Amino acid sequence: MNNHDHRSAQVKTPSIYPTKTKAQITIIFFIVIGFYLYSMVKTQQEMVGGFNNAISNMWNVMLKFFPPNLEVIGAVWPPMATTIQMAIIATTIATILTIPLALLSAQNITTSKPLYYTTRTILNILRTIPDLVLAVIFVGLFGIGVLPGILALIVFSLGILAKLISETIEAVDMNPLEAMRASGANSIQMIAYGLVPQVLPQFTSFVLYVLELNIRASVVLGLVGAGGIGLILDQQLGFYNYPNAMTIILVIFVVVLTIEYISNKIREALI
Amino acid sequence: MIEFKNVGLVYPNGTEGLKNINVKINDGEFVVIVGLSGAGKSTFIRSINRLVTPTSGTLLVDNEDILQYRGKKLRELRTKIGMIFQNYNLVKRSNVLKNVLAGRLGHTGTLRSIFGMYKKEDIALAYESLKRVNIADKIYNRADELSGGQQQRVSIARVLTQKPSYILADEPVASLDPPTSHQVMTYLKKINKEDNITTIVNLHFIDMAMEYADRIIGMRAGEIVFDGPASEVNEKTFEQIYGRTIREDDLRGEAEKVEQP
Repeated sequence: MNNHDHRSAQVKTPSIYPTKTKAQITIIFFIVIGFYLYSMVKTQQEMVGGFNNAISNMWNVMLKFFPPNLEVIGAVWPPMATTIQMAIIATTIATILTIPLALLSAQNITTSKPLYYTTRTILNILRTIPDLVLAVIFVGLFGIGVLPGILALIVFSLGILAKLISETIEAVDMNPLEAMRASGANSIQMIAYGLVPQVLPQFTSFVLYVLELNIRASVVLGLVGAGGIGLILDQQLGFYNYPNAMTIILVIFVVVLTIEYISNKIREALI
Repeated sequence: MIEFKNVGLVYPNGTEGLKNINVKINDGEFVVIVGLSGAGKSTFIRSINRLVTPTSGTLLVDNEDILQYRGKKLRELRTKIGMIFQNYNLVKRSNVLKNVLAGRLGHTGTLRSIFGMYKKEDIALAYESLKRVNIADKIYNRADELSGGQQQRVSIARVLTQKPSYILADEPVASLDPPTSHQVMTYLKKINKEDNITTIVNLHFIDMAMEYADRIIGMRAGEIVFDGPASEVNEKTFEQIYGRTIREDDLRGEAEKVEQP
């Protein structure tokens, strides 16, 4: 008797998901698995014979990099400093330019729909251009040097910063701004008094994050002639002077880690 | 003096917020608007400082039709109307003094306010206002460190700092417990009497309305269905306004002897 009751209860227990959902999810799961299998087969076909070579080659190439030629370290610092300076200048200018752009692309502040969509679209287009492409364009316009690098970094970080900050602005508590509007404050006062205190910690954190990005990016930009340490690295690799290149890589490594550490500490303190 | 003449408001989605409102609110009155939620109390109150704009009729404040106001004129109107909100609407990350000084924004130049260069007398006024609501010891605390009742007192201080001729309070006690609610209402009533500031408060607790109001206006479905001195009001009147019998949750309840501010 007891046993019978137990079984009937089991039969009635509904499953957590409807049968239809279950079937859909199973199908999607197998399609995804299919994609994986297909990609694996395809890529291995193209790498046939490639892998064994690569591994033995890798060892040979690695050996050439060691030991690093630490004697050039003195000569590495000035271009490294240039790279950091490029990143700082670019981040500063981008930060200033971001403020109006972020406000204009935040729906809760910019109530004019056309204006909002225009700035949004411009920023979206800006973000789709890779930083390397920007650098190539600016080097073409201004010639090899630091200036095209800085310009590329400004445009690159503007896209990211304005997007991140406008989204922070959209998440802000609008109630205090309403209270200020109700007491006769104008829009600039509402932003300065009600909005700025709310976004300032995230704003600072994003700026530091973009500074980190810029330092890494400016190394790569040097490879296409946009000044700084990347340019020197490219030259040394071009001369097959791998020990020198290794020193440069080590310096970059140390600098990037140090700056990330410092800015992480500052961000932790802020939020 | 505030005068509604045939004022109507239709929201863009077609809802009628106000229907043909005709009412006159005299200087120095303490008016409580009662009604169920959705009756149009907020719309009524927010029309007066144009946080919403009526779509028909005329609304006179100090004998001027405010429905025509735009830009600077509108901001000037708002400087003389203080507002208190259900959720206090303070900047949570800013300190109490800075929040209270925000009440002076309408009287302060843009550049001055951006750089926080307030006039000495404005800061003194802000401090004085905080003292009036007994919270002057918290000036450097961040607003989010305070309790709900304390935050609402800070928002009253902000309104005082504005030196308004009118105070609008939109459900000022809906988020507070009974003793704190009575405290906040007592402060509002005291300010109304001492400074002779016309005060209009939205409430849905009928016992509080009867206790504090000089005059009660009842609203239902965007219309005024009752208007009279608080002394003439009893539970029957409220049943008419609400269109149903009075329930337990329409009452805020007594506070066991509120400390007198």
